[in-house]
Amino acid sequence: MRLRLVTGVLMLLVLAIGLSFPWLKTPVLLALSNGLAVAGVIVLIRAGQVSFGHAMFACMSGYATAFMARAWHLDALVLIALSTGVAALAGAIVGVFIVRYRGIFFGMLNLALSMVLFSVLGKFGSLTGGTDGLRFDRPTFGFVHLERAGFETALLVLALALALGAGMLLQRYFASVSGQALAAIKTNETRLEYLGISAKRVFWGGYVFAAALCGVGGSLFALTQGLVTPEMGYWVRSGEIVFIAILGGSGHALGAFIGAFVFEFMKLYVSAWLTGAWQLVMGLVLITIVFVAPKGIFGLLANRLGVGARP
Amino acid sequence: MDGLSSAAALFLVALGLTLIFGVMRILNIAHGSLYAWGGYFAATLGVLITKYDLSPLWALPALFVAALAIGGFLGTVLEFALLRRILDKDPILQLLVTFGAFMVLEDLQRMIWGVQPVFVSNVVNQLGTINVSGVTYTRYQLMVLPGVALLAFLGLRWFLGNTPLGRQVTAVTHHREVASAMGVNAGRVTWLTIVVGASLGALGGALASPTTSFTPGIGAEMMVLSFAVVATAGLGQIGGAAIAALMIGLCRSFAVYLLPEIEVLVPYLIMVGVLLIRPEGLFSTAAARRI
Repeated sequence: MRLRLVTGVLMLLVLAIGLSFPWLKTPVLLALSNGLAVAGVIVLIRAGQVSFGHAMFACMSGYATAFMARAWHLDALVLIALSTGVAALAGAIVGVFIVRYRGIFFGMLNLALSMVLFSVLGKFGSLTGGTDGLRFDRPTFGFVHLERAGFETALLVLALALALGAGMLLQRYFASVSGQALAAIKTNETRLEYLGISAKRVFWGGYVFAAALCGVGGSLFALTQGLVTPEMGYWVRSGEIVFIAILGGSGHALGAFIGAFVFEFMKLYVSAWLTGAWQLVMGLVLITIVFVAPKGIFGLLANRLGVGARP
Repeated sequence: MDGLSSAAALFLVALGLTLIFGVMRILNIAHGSLYAWGGYFAATLGVLITKYDLSPLWALPALFVAALAIGGFLGTVLEFALLRRILDKDPILQLLVTFGAFMVLEDLQRMIWGVQPVFVSNVVNQLGTINVSGVTYTRYQLMVLPGVALLAFLGLRWFLGNTPLGRQVTAVTHHREVASAMGVNAGRVTWLTIVVGASLGALGGALASPTTSFTPGIGAEMMVLSFAVVATAGLGQIGGAAIAALMIGLCRSFAVYLLPEIEVLVPYLIMVGVLLIRPEGLFSTAAARRI
């Protein structure tokens, strides 16, 4: 109950910040789209796996958004839905073979695939705009033409709704049979198989779900910027997503979004004060969190919110 | 032939990675940074040698000094500050700690050596060139790099198989607790292995520094490449790593001639292809000895 209250208050706060300080709208939107991708990675962490390449699904979805916006001038809502579908489909295909791997193999294979995507996007410049990326015009929103400010406000409300929806869906998923089976991959995969449940199939489901969530985030990211670049799929981005998941705490969907906001504002200030030391700070914070608070920020708050936190 | 020298450097880095993995069961993501640091530090020494008009004969030993200094120093720091504290943690957290260390080292490297490409090639020029069937190669690339890699490979095999200390390392690799119970000082052996592994990584960088220019981001690239080698070979396989490095290095240089667009993709394609067919790597049962 208290959790719902806090979530509601936080959402109103985000909305208020976005509406009253227009210059903060973009960072808030970026934080929300990051948070969605992080929610995807949390699904994998629940299964005890960490991927250093999930920015590729956000990247794919972003490019899908850009291509469709340029070719067919679709509506923003349609774009998000279709791009998410593209990411989920890609996740389903990649997932078929990648769910056979665990631990470092899983992490590095994802990384390798994301590097392939990154270099392909950079190389075939005639189609993808190369390293400069692709720019596209602001699409309609709900079939209404909006000015920049209005479009961003609409996008903000939509992003909040998507975040809430994704968070609730994620918690429902974790409580469901497949969600519990997914957690069992971490604790004891052999026993899971003995129960007659296919660990690979369960993990595949989680992988597709994760890819779809990254896809929502990526499409939102692309719409916020009106520009997609191969950088969206670079391994540093994937690393940031994992970093946020640990920072916020992987025990609950809310952790993803808390982490994403802390991250976005940390980035704003650190890059202003300590130019060029951004990765250094991120690395030190990551190590500190692992040693001091492995459950992340959400883990620190969990007791007060009256929910049990999982590592 | 170009493939040979890049394969040699790649092999040295992958060897260090697989050695550390064997003893710690941790894949050290910061290993790529050791390659970059080794290369940068070797380049700095090279510049110093020219500056103080020392005999150019010093240039080659300087590479080894650079590798040992970086490997010994960073290896020890990593081991004492991080790795020994995370042995009993969740594997995800272990990965993330080394990933954090990697990010820290990347930025420190950028602060120390800047973002300009670094390239010191007096060693290469001084050793001269050699003619093989009409194509001119530098002696350095054709002989020194593969030679060192081969020496490192044979030396390591000999050390692990034929010396008391090497056998202790093998014992810890097989079973840490049993080895400790038998009186092996597992902590010291671990430290030693990490220093050796880190030095090998730095040596790869130091030896590669006269042939390629070092830019920020090279550490990450090398990390992924050397992981591709190690995964293709099977985690912990020394002999397999040599073959996999050679395979990836040669395929890459063929790709440069045949299909330049996909050159950067080749290592990943090989890795994905191998793992699809043999998820445990090519040599994990054939070459049999895990280290």
